[in-house]
Amino acid sequence: MENGDWQLVWFTVWVSILSTLLILPFGLAISWLLARREWPGKSIVETLVSLPLVMPPVATGLILLKLLRGRGSKGGFFHFYFDLDIVFTWRGVLVALCVMSFPLFVRSARVAFEEVNPRLEQIARTLGAGNFRVFCTITLPLASRGLVGGMLLAFARALGEFGATIMVAGNIPGRTSTLSLAIFQSVQLGQDAYAFRLLGISVTLAFAAVWGSEWFMRRRKH
Amino acid sequence: MQKRILLLSVWLAFLTMMLPVSAAEISVFAAASLTDSLKKIATTYEKQSGDKIIFNFGASSLLARQIEEGAPADVFFSADEAKMDALERKGLIIGETRKSRLSNTLVIVVAIDSVLKIISPEDLTTPAIKRIVLADPRTVPAGIYAKAYLEKRKLWAAVEGKVVPTDNVRAALAAVELGNVEAGMVYKTDAAISRKVKVACEIPASEGPTISYPIAVLKESRNAGAARKFVQYLNSPDATRVFQTYGFIVLK
Repeated sequence: MENGDWQLVWFTVWVSILSTLLILPFGLAISWLLARREWPGKSIVETLVSLPLVMPPVATGLILLKLLRGRGSKGGFFHFYFDLDIVFTWRGVLVALCVMSFPLFVRSARVAFEEVNPRLEQIARTLGAGNFRVFCTITLPLASRGLVGGMLLAFARALGEFGATIMVAGNIPGRTSTLSLAIFQSVQLGQDAYAFRLLGISVTLAFAAVWGSEWFMRRRKH
Repeated sequence: MQKRILLLSVWLAFLTMMLPVSAAEISVFAAASLTDSLKKIATTYEKQSGDKIIFNFGASSLLARQIEEGAPADVFFSADEAKMDALERKGLIIGETRKSRLSNTLVIVVAIDSVLKIISPEDLTTPAIKRIVLADPRTVPAGIYAKAYLEKRKLWAAVEGKVVPTDNVRAALAAVELGNVEAGMVYKTDAAISRKVKVACEIPASEGPTISYPIAVLKESRNAGAARKFVQYLNSPDATRVFQTYGFIVLK
Protein backbone atom coordinates (compact mmCIF):
# COMPACT_ATOMS: atom_id res chain seq x y z
CA MET A 1 0.00 0.00 0.00
CA GLU A 2 1.24 3.44 -0.81
CA ASN A 3 1.36 6.54 1.31
CA GLY A 4 -1.89 7.99 0.02
CA ASP A 5 -3.68 4.71 0.66
CA TRP A 6 -2.54 4.69 4.28
CA GLN A 7 -3.85 8.19 4.87
CA LEU A 8 -7.19 7.16 3.42
CA VAL A 9 -7.51 4.00 5.50
CA TRP A 10 -6.26 5.76 8.62
CA PHE A 11 -8.72 8.62 8.21
CA THR A 12 -11.67 6.29 7.49
CA VAL A 13 -10.95 4.02 10.47
CA TRP A 14 -10.16 6.94 12.78
CA VAL A 15 -13.29 8.94 12.07
CA SER A 16 -15.41 5.76 12.25
CA ILE A 17 -14.00 4.94 15.70
CA LEU A 18 -14.60 8.50 16.84
CA SER A 19 -18.17 8.49 15.59
CA THR A 20 -18.87 5.19 17.38
CA LEU A 21 -17.53 6.64 20.63
CA LEU A 22 -19.44 9.87 20.13
CA ILE A 23 -22.83 8.19 19.75
CA LEU A 24 -22.31 6.20 22.96
CA PRO A 25 -23.65 8.60 25.59
CA PHE A 26 -26.82 9.54 23.75
CA GLY A 27 -27.15 6.04 22.29
CA LEU A 28 -26.93 4.34 25.67
CA ALA A 29 -29.46 6.75 27.13
CA ILE A 30 -31.99 6.32 24.34
CA SER A 31 -31.69 2.54 24.17
CA TRP A 32 -32.02 2.21 27.93
CA LEU A 33 -35.12 4.40 27.89
CA LEU A 34 -36.60 2.39 25.04
CA ALA A 35 -35.84 -0.87 26.87
CA ARG A 36 -36.95 0.06 30.34
CA ARG A 37 -39.53 2.81 30.13
CA GLU A 38 -42.91 3.44 28.57
CA TRP A 39 -44.27 6.86 27.74
CA PRO A 40 -46.85 8.37 25.40
CA GLY A 41 -45.20 8.99 22.06
CA LYS A 42 -42.61 6.25 22.56
CA SER A 43 -43.40 4.84 19.14
CA ILE A 44 -42.62 8.22 17.56
CA VAL A 45 -39.19 8.18 19.18
CA GLU A 46 -38.62 4.61 18.01
CA THR A 47 -39.52 5.60 14.46
CA LEU A 48 -37.39 8.74 14.46
CA VAL A 49 -34.39 6.80 15.71
CA SER A 50 -34.84 4.20 12.97
CA LEU A 51 -35.32 6.76 10.21
CA PRO A 52 -31.69 7.07 9.07
CA LEU A 53 -31.68 3.30 8.66
CA VAL A 54 -34.51 3.33 6.19
CA MET A 55 -34.32 6.70 4.46
CA PRO A 56 -32.09 7.06 1.44
CA PRO A 57 -28.72 8.06 2.88
CA VAL A 58 -28.46 10.99 0.48
CA ALA A 59 -31.78 12.30 1.78
CA THR A 60 -30.48 12.17 5.34
CA GLY A 61 -27.32 13.85 4.11
CA LEU A 62 -29.30 16.64 2.50
CA ILE A 63 -31.14 17.34 5.76
CA LEU A 64 -27.83 17.44 7.62
CA LEU A 65 -26.32 19.73 4.99
CA LYS A 66 -29.07 22.28 5.39
CA LEU A 67 -28.91 22.12 9.18
CA LEU A 68 -25.15 22.44 9.45
CA ARG A 69 -24.19 24.91 6.74
CA GLY A 70 -21.71 27.54 7.77
CA ARG A 71 -20.41 30.29 5.52
CA GLY A 72 -21.87 30.55 2.08
CA SER A 73 -25.00 32.43 1.26
CA LYS A 74 -26.71 32.01 4.61
CA GLY A 75 -24.45 31.50 7.59
CA GLY A 76 -25.64 28.97 10.11
CA PHE A 77 -25.74 28.40 13.84
CA PHE A 78 -22.39 26.69 14.30
CA HIS A 79 -20.51 29.09 12.14
CA PHE A 80 -21.98 32.15 13.77
CA TYR A 81 -21.57 31.14 17.38
CA PHE A 82 -18.53 28.90 17.32
CA ASP A 83 -16.75 29.89 14.13
CA LEU A 84 -16.68 26.24 13.29
CA ASP A 85 -16.70 24.81 9.80
CA ILE A 86 -18.64 21.59 9.67
CA VAL A 87 -19.80 20.94 6.15
CA PHE A 88 -17.13 19.81 3.71
CA THR A 89 -14.65 19.18 6.49
CA TRP A 90 -13.78 16.10 8.56
CA ARG A 91 -16.36 17.26 11.10
CA GLY A 92 -19.02 16.87 8.43
CA VAL A 93 -17.86 13.31 7.82
CA LEU A 94 -18.03 12.69 11.57
CA VAL A 95 -21.60 13.99 11.83
CA ALA A 96 -22.74 11.95 8.84
CA LEU A 97 -21.23 8.77 10.28
CA CYS A 98 -22.74 9.40 13.71
CA VAL A 99 -26.23 9.92 12.34
CA MET A 100 -26.11 6.94 10.00
CA SER A 101 -24.71 4.44 12.52
CA PHE A 102 -26.81 5.64 15.47
CA PRO A 103 -29.93 3.52 14.67
CA LEU A 104 -27.89 0.34 14.37
CA PHE A 105 -26.29 0.87 17.76
CA VAL A 106 -29.60 1.68 19.43
CA ARG A 107 -31.26 -1.41 18.05
CA SER A 108 -28.55 -3.72 19.38
CA ALA A 109 -28.14 -1.89 22.66
CA ARG A 110 -31.87 -1.93 23.33
CA VAL A 111 -31.97 -5.71 22.92
CA ALA A 112 -28.93 -6.02 25.18
CA PHE A 113 -30.63 -3.99 27.90
CA GLU A 114 -33.89 -5.84 27.51
CA GLU A 115 -32.08 -9.10 28.11
CA VAL A 116 -30.83 -8.00 31.52
CA ASN A 117 -33.12 -9.55 34.11
CA PRO A 118 -35.00 -6.63 35.67
CA ARG A 119 -35.27 -8.59 38.90
CA LEU A 120 -31.55 -8.24 39.42
CA GLU A 121 -31.92 -4.47 39.11
CA GLN A 122 -34.81 -4.49 41.57
CA ILE A 123 -32.81 -6.54 44.05
CA ALA A 124 -29.98 -4.03 43.86
CA ARG A 125 -32.43 -1.22 44.53
CA THR A 126 -33.86 -2.95 47.58
CA LEU A 127 -30.32 -3.12 48.88
CA GLY A 128 -30.12 0.67 48.68
CA ALA A 129 -28.44 1.39 45.36
CA GLY A 130 -29.58 4.52 43.50
CA ASN A 131 -30.64 4.36 39.84
CA PHE A 132 -27.34 5.48 38.41
CA ARG A 133 -25.42 3.03 40.55
CA VAL A 134 -27.71 0.20 39.50
CA PHE A 135 -27.10 1.15 35.90
CA CYS A 136 -23.34 1.23 36.25
CA THR A 137 -22.83 -1.81 38.42
CA ILE A 138 -25.64 -4.15 37.31
CA THR A 139 -27.21 -3.24 33.98
CA LEU A 140 -24.14 -2.11 32.09
CA PRO A 141 -21.85 -5.03 32.92
CA LEU A 142 -24.59 -7.58 32.20
CA ALA A 143 -25.43 -5.93 28.89
CA SER A 144 -21.81 -5.29 27.98
CA ARG A 145 -21.34 -8.02 25.41
CA GLY A 146 -24.42 -6.99 23.48
CA LEU A 147 -23.37 -3.35 23.74
CA VAL A 148 -19.92 -4.06 22.38
CA GLY A 149 -21.51 -6.08 19.58
CA GLY A 150 -23.70 -3.07 18.82
CA MET A 151 -20.70 -0.74 18.83
CA LEU A 152 -18.87 -2.95 16.37
CA LEU A 153 -21.93 -3.01 14.14
CA ALA A 154 -22.15 0.77 14.27
CA PHE A 155 -18.44 0.95 13.49
CA ALA A 156 -18.87 -1.31 10.48
CA ARG A 157 -21.74 0.86 9.24
CA ALA A 158 -19.68 3.99 9.68
CA LEU A 159 -16.82 2.44 7.70
CA GLY A 160 -19.06 1.90 4.71
CA GLU A 161 -21.03 5.14 4.79
CA PHE A 162 -21.34 6.89 1.44
CA GLY A 163 -24.57 8.73 0.60
CA ALA A 164 -24.84 11.05 3.58
CA THR A 165 -21.08 11.61 3.66
CA ILE A 166 -20.81 12.75 0.07
CA MET A 167 -23.69 15.17 0.62
CA VAL A 168 -22.42 16.74 3.80
CA ALA A 169 -18.69 16.52 3.28
CA GLY A 170 -18.08 16.09 -0.42
CA ASN A 171 -15.13 14.02 -1.58
CA ILE A 172 -12.06 16.16 -0.97
CA PRO A 173 -8.87 14.09 -1.18
CA GLY A 174 -6.85 14.38 1.99
CA ARG A 175 -9.64 16.15 3.79
CA THR A 176 -12.93 14.29 3.62
CA SER A 177 -12.26 11.37 1.32
CA THR A 178 -13.14 8.05 2.90
CA LEU A 179 -12.63 4.54 1.51
CA SER A 180 -16.09 4.33 -0.03
CA LEU A 181 -15.90 7.80 -1.58
CA ALA A 182 -12.46 7.03 -2.96
CA ILE A 183 -13.67 3.78 -4.52
CA PHE A 184 -16.53 5.60 -6.22
CA GLN A 185 -14.30 8.33 -7.58
CA SER A 186 -11.57 5.99 -8.79
CA VAL A 187 -14.10 3.91 -10.72
CA GLN A 188 -15.47 7.12 -12.24
CA LEU A 189 -11.99 8.07 -13.35
CA GLY A 190 -11.23 4.62 -14.73
CA GLN A 191 -8.55 3.81 -12.14
CA ASP A 192 -9.58 0.19 -11.82
CA ALA A 193 -6.45 -1.16 -10.15
CA TYR A 194 -6.65 1.47 -7.44
CA ALA A 195 -10.37 0.85 -6.98
CA PHE A 196 -9.84 -2.86 -6.47
CA ARG A 197 -7.04 -2.29 -4.00
CA LEU A 198 -9.31 -0.08 -1.93
CA LEU A 199 -12.10 -2.59 -2.33
CA GLY A 200 -9.89 -5.29 -0.82
CA ILE A 201 -9.10 -3.11 2.18
CA SER A 202 -12.79 -2.24 2.61
CA VAL A 203 -13.90 -5.84 2.56
CA THR A 204 -11.21 -6.86 5.05
CA LEU A 205 -12.13 -4.12 7.48
CA ALA A 206 -15.86 -4.76 7.21
CA PHE A 207 -15.37 -8.49 7.59
CA ALA A 208 -13.28 -8.05 10.73
CA ALA A 209 -15.77 -5.63 12.26
CA VAL A 210 -18.87 -7.71 11.62
CA TRP A 211 -17.17 -10.98 12.56
CA GLY A 212 -16.07 -9.39 15.82
CA SER A 213 -19.57 -8.11 16.40
CA GLU A 214 -21.10 -11.54 15.90
CA TRP A 215 -18.55 -13.08 18.24
CA PHE A 216 -19.57 -10.68 21.02
CA MET A 217 -23.25 -11.24 20.35
CA ARG A 218 -22.84 -14.99 20.52
CA ARG A 219 -21.03 -14.90 23.82
CA ARG A 220 -23.91 -13.00 25.42
CA LYS A 221 -25.86 -16.04 26.53
CA HIS A 222 -23.67 -17.30 29.27
CA MET B 1 -16.18 5.21 38.45
CA GLN B 2 -16.34 9.02 38.26
CA LYS B 3 -12.59 9.14 37.83
CA ARG B 4 -12.79 6.67 34.97
CA ILE B 5 -15.42 8.77 33.21
CA LEU B 6 -13.29 11.88 33.65
CA LEU B 7 -10.26 10.08 32.30
CA LEU B 8 -12.25 8.84 29.33
CA SER B 9 -13.53 12.33 28.51
CA VAL B 10 -10.06 13.82 28.69
CA TRP B 11 -8.77 11.04 26.49
CA LEU B 12 -11.57 11.61 23.97
CA ALA B 13 -10.95 15.35 23.90
CA PHE B 14 -7.30 14.64 23.28
CA LEU B 15 -8.16 12.26 20.47
CA THR B 16 -10.35 14.88 18.82
CA MET B 17 -7.48 17.31 18.76
CA MET B 18 -5.22 14.78 17.08
CA LEU B 19 -7.29 14.89 13.95
CA PRO B 20 -5.88 17.09 11.20
CA VAL B 21 -6.28 20.79 11.84
CA SER B 22 -5.43 23.24 9.08
CA ALA B 23 -2.34 25.35 9.70
CA ALA B 24 -0.95 27.66 7.01
CA GLU B 25 -2.84 25.96 4.22
CA ILE B 26 -4.89 27.27 1.39
CA SER B 27 -7.76 25.36 -0.08
CA VAL B 28 -8.10 25.65 -3.84
CA PHE B 29 -11.29 24.49 -5.53
CA ALA B 30 -10.47 24.08 -9.22
CA ALA B 31 -12.02 22.66 -12.37
CA ALA B 32 -11.17 19.02 -13.05
CA SER B 33 -9.42 19.91 -16.31
CA LEU B 34 -6.80 21.85 -14.32
CA THR B 35 -5.78 18.83 -12.22
CA ASP B 36 -2.37 18.06 -13.70
CA SER B 37 -1.18 21.59 -14.45
CA LEU B 38 -2.17 23.03 -11.08
CA LYS B 39 -0.66 20.14 -9.15
CA LYS B 40 2.63 20.71 -10.93
CA ILE B 41 2.54 24.45 -10.26
CA ALA B 42 1.65 23.85 -6.63
CA THR B 43 4.61 21.53 -6.06
CA THR B 44 6.98 24.32 -7.09
CA TYR B 45 5.04 26.98 -5.21
CA GLU B 46 4.95 24.97 -1.97
CA LYS B 47 8.71 24.67 -1.97
CA GLN B 48 9.17 28.36 -2.69
CA SER B 49 6.66 29.82 -0.29
CA GLY B 50 6.31 27.24 2.47
CA ASP B 51 2.54 27.38 2.18
CA LYS B 52 0.57 24.21 1.65
CA ILE B 53 -2.03 23.90 -1.08
CA ILE B 54 -4.95 21.53 -0.65
CA PHE B 55 -6.81 20.89 -3.88
CA ASN B 56 -10.39 19.95 -4.48
CA PHE B 57 -10.76 19.17 -8.17
CA GLY B 58 -14.15 18.55 -9.67
CA ALA B 59 -16.85 19.89 -11.92
CA SER B 60 -16.96 23.68 -11.49
CA SER B 61 -20.72 23.40 -11.01
CA LEU B 62 -20.29 21.02 -8.08
CA LEU B 63 -17.52 23.14 -6.55
CA ALA B 64 -19.54 26.33 -6.82
CA ARG B 65 -22.42 24.55 -5.14
CA GLN B 66 -20.17 23.34 -2.34
CA ILE B 67 -18.89 26.90 -1.82
CA GLU B 68 -22.45 28.19 -1.69
CA GLU B 69 -23.27 25.54 0.89
CA GLY B 70 -20.41 26.64 3.08
CA ALA B 71 -17.38 24.61 2.07
CA PRO B 72 -14.21 26.20 3.48
CA ALA B 73 -12.32 27.28 0.37
CA ASP B 74 -9.85 30.08 -0.24
CA VAL B 75 -9.58 30.15 -4.04
CA PHE B 76 -12.00 29.17 -6.79
CA PHE B 77 -10.70 28.47 -10.30
CA SER B 78 -13.69 27.81 -12.51
CA ALA B 79 -13.98 26.51 -16.06
CA ASP B 80 -16.65 29.00 -17.02
CA GLU B 81 -17.68 32.53 -16.16
CA ALA B 82 -21.26 31.60 -15.27
CA LYS B 83 -20.25 29.72 -12.10
CA MET B 84 -18.09 32.63 -10.97
CA ASP B 85 -20.89 35.08 -11.77
CA ALA B 86 -23.25 33.08 -9.57
CA LEU B 87 -20.83 33.31 -6.65
CA GLU B 88 -20.19 36.99 -7.28
CA ARG B 89 -23.91 37.71 -7.23
CA LYS B 90 -24.12 36.02 -3.84
CA GLY B 91 -21.27 38.16 -2.58
CA LEU B 92 -18.98 35.19 -1.99
CA ILE B 93 -15.88 36.36 -3.86
CA ILE B 94 -13.50 39.27 -3.44
CA GLY B 95 -14.44 41.04 -6.66
CA GLU B 96 -11.12 42.78 -7.21
CA THR B 97 -9.25 39.46 -7.25
CA ARG B 98 -11.37 38.05 -10.08
CA LYS B 99 -9.52 37.58 -13.32
CA SER B 100 -10.01 35.43 -16.43
CA ARG B 101 -6.80 33.48 -16.67
CA LEU B 102 -7.01 30.75 -19.21
CA SER B 103 -8.80 29.54 -22.28
CA ASN B 104 -9.11 26.14 -23.88
CA THR B 105 -10.51 24.40 -26.95
CA LEU B 106 -12.73 21.39 -27.44
CA VAL B 107 -11.88 18.16 -29.18
CA ILE B 108 -13.74 15.01 -30.14
CA VAL B 109 -11.88 11.98 -28.82
CA VAL B 110 -12.10 8.26 -29.43
CA ALA B 111 -10.31 5.32 -27.82
CA ILE B 112 -6.75 4.97 -29.03
CA ASP B 113 -7.53 1.69 -30.79
CA SER B 114 -10.80 2.88 -32.30
CA VAL B 115 -11.32 2.36 -36.00
CA LEU B 116 -14.14 4.85 -36.32
CA LYS B 117 -13.70 7.64 -38.80
CA ILE B 118 -14.70 10.99 -37.37
CA ILE B 119 -13.40 13.81 -39.51
CA SER B 120 -15.96 16.44 -38.65
CA PRO B 121 -18.58 16.90 -35.95
CA GLU B 122 -21.28 15.87 -38.44
CA ASP B 123 -19.90 12.33 -38.26
CA LEU B 124 -21.24 12.12 -34.72
CA THR B 125 -24.72 11.71 -36.16
CA THR B 126 -23.85 8.49 -37.99
CA PRO B 127 -25.36 5.27 -36.60
CA ALA B 128 -21.89 3.84 -35.97
CA ILE B 129 -21.62 6.24 -33.05
CA LYS B 130 -24.12 4.92 -30.54
CA ARG B 131 -22.99 6.76 -27.42
CA ILE B 132 -21.25 10.08 -26.97
CA VAL B 133 -20.00 10.99 -23.53
CA LEU B 134 -20.04 14.58 -22.32
CA ALA B 135 -19.58 16.12 -18.93
CA ASP B 136 -23.19 16.77 -17.90
CA PRO B 137 -24.37 19.37 -20.44
CA ARG B 138 -26.91 20.75 -18.00
CA THR B 139 -24.41 22.04 -15.47
CA VAL B 140 -20.76 21.13 -16.05
CA PRO B 141 -18.85 23.77 -18.08
CA ALA B 142 -17.22 21.25 -20.42
CA GLY B 143 -20.62 19.81 -21.29
CA ILE B 144 -22.23 23.23 -21.60
CA TYR B 145 -19.55 24.36 -24.05
CA ALA B 146 -19.90 21.12 -26.04
CA LYS B 147 -23.68 21.42 -26.22
CA ALA B 148 -23.46 25.08 -27.25
CA TYR B 149 -21.14 24.15 -30.09
CA LEU B 150 -23.31 21.26 -31.26
CA GLU B 151 -26.37 23.50 -31.17
CA LYS B 152 -24.53 26.08 -33.21
CA ARG B 153 -23.76 23.41 -35.83
CA LYS B 154 -27.42 22.30 -35.71
CA LEU B 155 -26.35 18.82 -34.59
CA TRP B 156 -27.67 18.79 -31.04
CA ALA B 157 -31.13 17.47 -31.87
CA ALA B 158 -29.62 14.55 -33.75
CA VAL B 159 -27.07 13.55 -31.10
CA GLU B 160 -28.96 14.41 -27.93
CA GLY B 161 -30.32 10.90 -27.63
CA LYS B 162 -26.83 9.45 -27.73
CA VAL B 163 -25.38 11.59 -24.96
CA VAL B 164 -24.10 9.88 -21.81
CA PRO B 165 -23.59 12.54 -19.13
CA THR B 166 -20.85 12.24 -16.50
CA ASP B 167 -20.12 14.19 -13.34
CA ASN B 168 -17.08 15.96 -14.71
CA VAL B 169 -14.87 16.16 -17.77
CA ARG B 170 -12.27 13.72 -16.43
CA ALA B 171 -14.96 11.09 -15.91
CA ALA B 172 -15.97 11.67 -19.53
CA LEU B 173 -12.36 11.17 -20.58
CA ALA B 174 -12.19 7.93 -18.57
CA ALA B 175 -15.34 6.65 -20.25
CA VAL B 176 -13.71 7.04 -23.65
CA GLU B 177 -10.48 5.46 -22.40
CA LEU B 178 -12.32 2.43 -21.12
CA GLY B 179 -14.20 1.96 -24.38
CA ASN B 180 -17.59 2.30 -22.71
CA VAL B 181 -18.62 4.82 -25.35
CA GLU B 182 -17.73 5.32 -29.00
CA ALA B 183 -16.74 8.96 -28.72
CA GLY B 184 -16.63 11.89 -26.37
CA MET B 185 -16.07 15.62 -26.29
CA VAL B 186 -13.52 16.94 -23.84
CA TYR B 187 -11.01 19.76 -23.64
CA LYS B 188 -7.92 19.57 -25.81
CA THR B 189 -5.85 19.70 -22.64
CA ASP B 190 -7.55 16.57 -21.25
CA ALA B 191 -6.93 14.61 -24.44
CA ALA B 192 -3.30 15.67 -24.26
CA ILE B 193 -2.65 14.04 -20.88
CA SER B 194 -4.28 10.76 -21.77
CA ARG B 195 -2.40 7.99 -23.49
CA LYS B 196 -5.48 5.94 -24.11
CA VAL B 197 -7.42 8.29 -26.36
CA LYS B 198 -6.69 9.99 -29.64
CA VAL B 199 -8.08 13.20 -30.99
CA ALA B 200 -10.42 12.48 -33.88
CA CYS B 201 -11.40 16.04 -34.60
CA GLU B 202 -10.38 19.40 -33.20
CA ILE B 203 -12.74 22.33 -32.83
CA PRO B 204 -10.66 25.41 -33.56
CA ALA B 205 -10.96 28.32 -31.15
CA SER B 206 -12.40 30.54 -33.86
CA GLU B 207 -15.34 28.18 -34.46
CA GLY B 208 -15.87 26.84 -30.99
CA PRO B 209 -17.50 28.49 -27.98
CA THR B 210 -15.57 31.13 -26.04
CA ILE B 211 -14.01 29.18 -23.22
CA SER B 212 -12.80 31.19 -20.26
CA TYR B 213 -11.42 30.09 -16.88
CA PRO B 214 -11.83 32.79 -14.21
CA ILE B 215 -10.10 32.67 -10.84
CA ALA B 216 -10.93 34.54 -7.64
CA VAL B 217 -10.19 34.62 -3.91
CA LEU B 218 -13.23 33.85 -1.78
CA LYS B 219 -14.53 36.39 0.68
CA GLU B 220 -14.81 33.93 3.56
CA SER B 221 -11.23 32.77 3.11
CA ARG B 222 -9.32 32.52 6.36
CA ASN B 223 -5.99 32.92 4.60
CA ALA B 224 -6.81 35.70 2.17
CA GLY B 225 -3.24 36.96 2.19
CA ALA B 226 -1.74 33.59 1.31
CA ALA B 227 -4.54 32.98 -1.18
CA ARG B 228 -3.84 36.25 -3.00
CA LYS B 229 -0.17 35.38 -3.07
CA PHE B 230 -0.92 32.07 -4.75
CA VAL B 231 -3.24 33.68 -7.28
CA GLN B 232 -0.49 36.21 -8.01
CA TYR B 233 1.96 33.36 -8.53
CA LEU B 234 -0.38 31.86 -11.11
CA ASN B 235 0.21 35.02 -13.17
CA SER B 236 3.97 34.52 -13.07
CA PRO B 237 6.05 33.46 -16.09
CA ASP B 238 6.82 30.11 -14.43
CA ALA B 239 3.17 29.24 -13.97
CA THR B 240 2.28 30.56 -17.41
CA ARG B 241 4.87 28.26 -18.92
CA VAL B 242 3.41 25.24 -17.13
CA PHE B 243 -0.11 26.07 -18.30
CA GLN B 244 1.12 26.46 -21.87
CA THR B 245 2.98 23.15 -21.70
CA TYR B 246 -0.27 21.44 -20.86
CA GLY B 247 -1.96 23.13 -23.81
CA PHE B 248 -3.90 25.92 -22.15
CA ILE B 249 -4.24 29.29 -23.82
CA VAL B 250 -3.08 31.89 -21.33
CA LEU B 251 -5.06 35.13 -21.43
CA LYS B 252 -3.33 38.44 -20.84
